[in-house]
Amino acid sequence: MATAFSAAKFTAQPFPLNPASTTSHDSSIVFAKPTSLFLGSTRKLRLTSYSKFNLSRRSGTVDAVSDVVKQKKSKSSPSLLITKEEGLELYEDLVLGRAFEDMCAQMYYRGKMFGFVHLYNGQEAVSTGFIKLLKQQDSVVSTYRDHVHALSKGVPARAVMSELFGKTTGCCRGQGGSMHMFSREHNVLGGFAFIGEGIPVATGAAFTSKYKREVLKEADCDHVTLAFFGDGTCNNGQFFECLNMAALWKLPIVFVVENNLWAIGMSHLRATSDPHIYKKGPAFGMPGIHVDGMDVLKVREVAKEAIGRARRGEGPTLVECETYRFRGHSLADPDELRDPAEKAHYAARDPITALKKYLIENSLASEAELKTIEKKIDEVVEDAVEFADESPVPARSQLLENVFADPKGFGIGPDGRYRCEDPKFTEGTAHV
Amino acid sequence: MLATASQRILGQSFQNIRPAVSVLRSYSSAAKQITVRDALNSALDEEMSADPKVFLMGEEVGEYQGAYKITKGLLEKYGPERVLDTPITEAGFTGIGVGAAYYGLKPVVEFMTFNFSMQAIDHIINSAAKSNYMSAGQISVPIVFRGPNGAAAGVGAQHSQCYASWYASCPGLKVLSPYNSEDARGLLKAAIRDPDPVVFLENELLYGESFPVSDEVLDSSFCLPIGKAKIEREGKDVTITAFSKMVGYALKAAEILEKDGIYAEVINLRSIRPLDRSTINASVRKTNRLITVEEGFPQHGVGAEICASVVEESFAYLDAPVERIAGADVPMPYAANLERLAVPQIEDIIRAAKRACYRSVPLAATA
Repeated sequence: MATAFSAAKFTAQPFPLNPASTTSHDSSIVFAKPTSLFLGSTRKLRLTSYSKFNLSRRSGTVDAVSDVVKQKKSKSSPSLLITKEEGLELYEDLVLGRAFEDMCAQMYYRGKMFGFVHLYNGQEAVSTGFIKLLKQQDSVVSTYRDHVHALSKGVPARAVMSELFGKTTGCCRGQGGSMHMFSREHNVLGGFAFIGEGIPVATGAAFTSKYKREVLKEADCDHVTLAFFGDGTCNNGQFFECLNMAALWKLPIVFVVENNLWAIGMSHLRATSDPHIYKKGPAFGMPGIHVDGMDVLKVREVAKEAIGRARRGEGPTLVECETYRFRGHSLADPDELRDPAEKAHYAARDPITALKKYLIENSLASEAELKTIEKKIDEVVEDAVEFADESPVPARSQLLENVFADPKGFGIGPDGRYRCEDPKFTEGTAHV
Repeated sequence: MLATASQRILGQSFQNIRPAVSVLRSYSSAAKQITVRDALNSALDEEMSADPKVFLMGEEVGEYQGAYKITKGLLEKYGPERVLDTPITEAGFTGIGVGAAYYGLKPVVEFMTFNFSMQAIDHIINSAAKSNYMSAGQISVPIVFRGPNGAAAGVGAQHSQCYASWYASCPGLKVLSPYNSEDARGLLKAAIRDPDPVVFLENELLYGESFPVSDEVLDSSFCLPIGKAKIEREGKDVTITAFSKMVGYALKAAEILEKDGIYAEVINLRSIRPLDRSTINASVRKTNRLITVEEGFPQHGVGAEICASVVEESFAYLDAPVERIAGADVPMPYAANLERLAVPQIEDIIRAAKRACYRSVPLAATA
């Protein structure tokens, strides 16, 4: 099996699949092209192609990690994947993500939050698995489903909750909102509303890292960027453009696809000619890996390899995480189109229960310790809500702030001086 | 860019002022009330059944029944060949729509919000708007681009921009913006039947609003002319022009102003390009004062064009400086109180009208 992480192998290869898997791929592709697009038939087709998915994954992926994954499968292996501290850290992060999002739902229905809110329930393993391996200076770029990415990266729960409430103590002073979480300190670069928008931005962040090392001669700059996006984004032109450039210039970036199978109500299989997203990596000259995104340990193993590769300067990686969102696309989505059997299938693979089971079975932690963590997180989230509630709304004068880094951009006023120098500048609204 | 957008089931989270439905006086047999959503849906339905070349494309228009349920029931009725759920790739599917239009099909391309049209704007302008000219009339592009435009409630900077002035500045495009159900039905039908590319700017917050419609409006051959504005309310003291949601605000403001003895004439533009300059100028020649209202950014906005037109053509008739009311010159903030400050409110219109009439209220600090 070709090892993924030697770039040299990918200079001139159209398809890295080994022949044995071609048939299963072909048949799964055929299944995935529905002849009639009506609900019932689509669903049945999709569930059938599911098992094909898993089959082909084993043989079709191009990575060295599947060996590790296979090792983990056999419990006879004495070496565990994580230490106790790591395990507890991961557990805490998973629980924080879940508890926070659940609280967001409550707050939204109480009217404290408004607009578009997209929750991350069910996908926590991807965020935790990847982001907990990063340093502070590494960057994370996300989409509108960004609360948990921000939390995993270290943005305090209070700041995120205040932002959601639209208060001035939020991480973006209430100006960004749910979909636009930015943090310079923690290198969270957003939070973008348009899908695909974050990918070029992430590629640019990776470009900066390389530029700093090579042009500005900051020798130890090995910052890695992670770009998170969904399955729908993988049909967007910007995705392909960036895969090309990242591979071309060997940028230190990992493209993480959170394939939760659904856009709003549009199934991935109805929208994509070849639904195996990881295969698109090798087409551009980078390894493409498929991993079970409901299992935080598997994600972590893959992430270690991919991030390590980027840090060593070997270039980008495309990682497709098979995951699922337990809630609707957003809090206003009635979520009627998804098959309950599919939802149940994934609910059984809840990343939090899976890690809990692993920790307890391998004697890394006791029930009591995990309960303590859960309690602690509950308090953190409650505190965040209280803090957000008590925080002030932005002052009227904040409306015109932060439009420009150099507020001279507002131009010269009728008195011949720059408008921003007038102390009464922010008192009125821009135009009355 | 498929950010989001979903059904507005939870109305209680929004702190919007909803213009009163009763503002529109019903003339004769306006017994029936329909929502703007139903008006659009019925218009699409009727045009699709009348002409098999009309088809719909967009994200979630089919199985999900439309992100805002405008295309509800159409997939069932016309099938997947005519109601196409596209992948999330605006540039791609808009281009496909334009190409189909080159050969005489009549696509109606839905953008989940017009913000996403920025990803496809190359095709709207370069492939659609300019083609008839570049080909010297050989290729006309009978395509309609529709979707919600402008601010909603609490959706942040990337979902709240108004694109009326961007598209209206481009020759080759027709830009329409309906206010009530009658506008929605009439203008959408006109747009679909039109042989040129039409940008149809709806408003998300108006979708659920009901308006009375006459039987004539409900007839399947009903159509409104493109390029004609409507005088929603007659008056003699000041002309207020507006489009889309702001028409509702202007009408409310006019009611309040009437109590102070100011009779405002409210013009619903309906058509941003071509702009009905003659109606606007005729109105200003009658009232001698002009206020333009829009939600979008002030610089180079629709109001700027209207003011310029009036100054050029009716200067001698003006008794007060023309005024533009527009959204704040900032990206839309998320925080609810800041958002309220960033969008024109009814009080702003009232203040401006009084300023124009009495000139006793000083101009506030502009930025």
